[in-house]
Amino acid sequence: MSSVVRSAVPEEDVGQQNVLEVRGLTKFFHVGGFGRRRLVRALSDVDLTIRPGEVLALVGESGSGKTTFARTVSNLDRPTAGEIFVEGRLLPRRVSTRRLRWYRRRIQMIFQDPYSSLDPLHTVEHTVTRPFRSFRIVPRSQERAEVDELLTQVGLVPAEDFRHRFPHELSGGQRQRVGIARALAARPSLILADEPTSMLDVSIRLTIMNLLLDLQRSKSLSLVFITHDLGGAYYMSDRIAIMYASHIVEIGPSQEVMGEPRHPYTQLLRRAAPDPDNSPGTGSRFEAHGDPPDLAALPPGCPFAPRCSFVKDECLGSLPEWREVGASHQVRCVLYD
Amino acid sequence: MAPALLEVSQLSVGYGWELPPSVIAVRDVSLTVSAGEIFGIAGESGCGKTTLALTAAGLLEPPGRVISGAVRFEGTDLTTLSADELRRMRLAEIAVVFQASMNVLNPVMRIRDQFYDAMAAHGISSKTEARERADDSFDLVKIPRRFFDAYPHQLSGGMRQRAVIALAIVLRPKLLFLDEPTTALDVVVQRTILESLDELRRELGFGVVFITHDLSLLVEIADRIAIMYAGVIVEEAPARELYERPGHPYTRALMSAFPPLGGPRERLPGIGGQPPDLRSLPIGCPFAPRCPQKIEGVCDTVAPPHVQRNPAHRVVCQLEARGEADLV
Repeated sequence: MSSVVRSAVPEEDVGQQNVLEVRGLTKFFHVGGFGRRRLVRALSDVDLTIRPGEVLALVGESGSGKTTFARTVSNLDRPTAGEIFVEGRLLPRRVSTRRLRWYRRRIQMIFQDPYSSLDPLHTVEHTVTRPFRSFRIVPRSQERAEVDELLTQVGLVPAEDFRHRFPHELSGGQRQRVGIARALAARPSLILADEPTSMLDVSIRLTIMNLLLDLQRSKSLSLVFITHDLGGAYYMSDRIAIMYASHIVEIGPSQEVMGEPRHPYTQLLRRAAPDPDNSPGTGSRFEAHGDPPDLAALPPGCPFAPRCSFVKDECLGSLPEWREVGASHQVRCVLYD
Repeated sequence: MAPALLEVSQLSVGYGWELPPSVIAVRDVSLTVSAGEIFGIAGESGCGKTTLALTAAGLLEPPGRVISGAVRFEGTDLTTLSADELRRMRLAEIAVVFQASMNVLNPVMRIRDQFYDAMAAHGISSKTEARERADDSFDLVKIPRRFFDAYPHQLSGGMRQRAVIALAIVLRPKLLFLDEPTTALDVVVQRTILESLDELRRELGFGVVFITHDLSLLVEIADRIAIMYAGVIVEEAPARELYERPGHPYTRALMSAFPPLGGPRERLPGIGGQPPDLRSLPIGCPFAPRCPQKIEGVCDTVAPPHVQRNPAHRVVCQLEARGEADLV
């Protein structure tokens, strides 16, 4: 079994057990009905590896496929094509319940909306205890102590004040902390955090980001931080992957991707981000041509080609291959041959 | 100096039926906005930004109530006008665009008809003239004219937001309130809207009050910025100066709440704590309970002084008065 997996791992990764590895991950959705059925490509041919203890930021605009990536990897949606390896083990297309339980325990999600991701009828204690039972991690006699420990770790102190509260008795930031405690309760090796701060007030965002970083370090977790906020991505991550119209178009060390973005789309994003260091009036004018493509009618070549100022003929025919532009910095663009 | 288009003086606004109202959302706020200027207001949620805008735009509704002070638009006090007089003024003189206002368009009406309705309410009943004005507006916000006949759902979120801005400027108002107009949008769309806004106010010369929690955005686009906290303006300065030499500890905290896009990566502390309950404000400085530079026995007992660093830069803080503002 493991030899099959290893053969698919590129040269430099041999000997290193990746927490997650996806190859050619693709997800289509059928939408509409009755003569108007359309195939929406939410995720196209995504390759990505997550190393132990690393933070990867997945950055893209709304509709670029970030959330579909998280939902597919955490097996909330089944992929249309592609392979997912968790700690070197391939997730088979048909999964036994036992296997699925193992898998779901290794990968946990934190959701964007802390108002809808907690069951309003369940207390904090119930919510955080659920993973213990589903995954048979903690004997019942120790549940209370473990819940208190987790609540303390996520900053809901004193724990006995929060244990019996219902979601409506918590602020947005506190709810998101409960969401984090629930994810940690399963003792995962990877957490997928889908825009965990975008619905929170400015003053709480940084607190939640710091909490995630602290927990990630102290528990040597891997974290995929999904966001549209470039500043947050740079603050949190070791590596940044940029998504555009269901594709990953650039991936590399955070300093390089932000400091010297290579893909024209990454450059566009970087210029568009609010930056007080831009001198008012003197900066070069921002030119954005057009909108992201319709995911039901993606162009055959590079998805960014219709908006790209450097577009060449070869961009239109087929999707560009990955090019190395630096140490573990890759870009899917023909400009870097 | 250009004459003041909008002058808010010592305005206090509260919510509640009793006297005085139990919640005072805006407290003794004064500011002026000139024609052609972008005036930014920043602060956390619940610090009175939107209440200030509603009042200044003449849109405050009960139980909201002006307790004292005045809002003068070209010299006329809006707080004394009748509902009818205000209605005639809105859109024609003062227009407002709110957060997520792409959802204010009527989903079952063509955009065309919504523009015609708005203009008819202000006495433009000729379809030809209305169409010309609407076309102009669409060109200004860079939406292709063919979308004029579309229904709102046929436009993307960014385009809908631009359509609402087009509607807001269709009668060429002199003053435009934008309350978090781009918060729900992606950065590229946001940037496109902000650039056309900047161009528009240069072209048409209207004044803009731009409200957002995103201080880094405001520093880039605004001419002057006021920082609000718990209903009061704690600092006001030209945008560049505010960014380079912030005076109030809250301004600095708000700035550090947005991680930068480059440079060394160090841990940012954030603001910590929460804004005070407006029903029971602390005595002294409202920011004192969260302030890292609080002077014990002073900030928590006496109201902070208003210090004028220079004619354009005002800081409401004890540290400023003692010349200790730059010591972190």
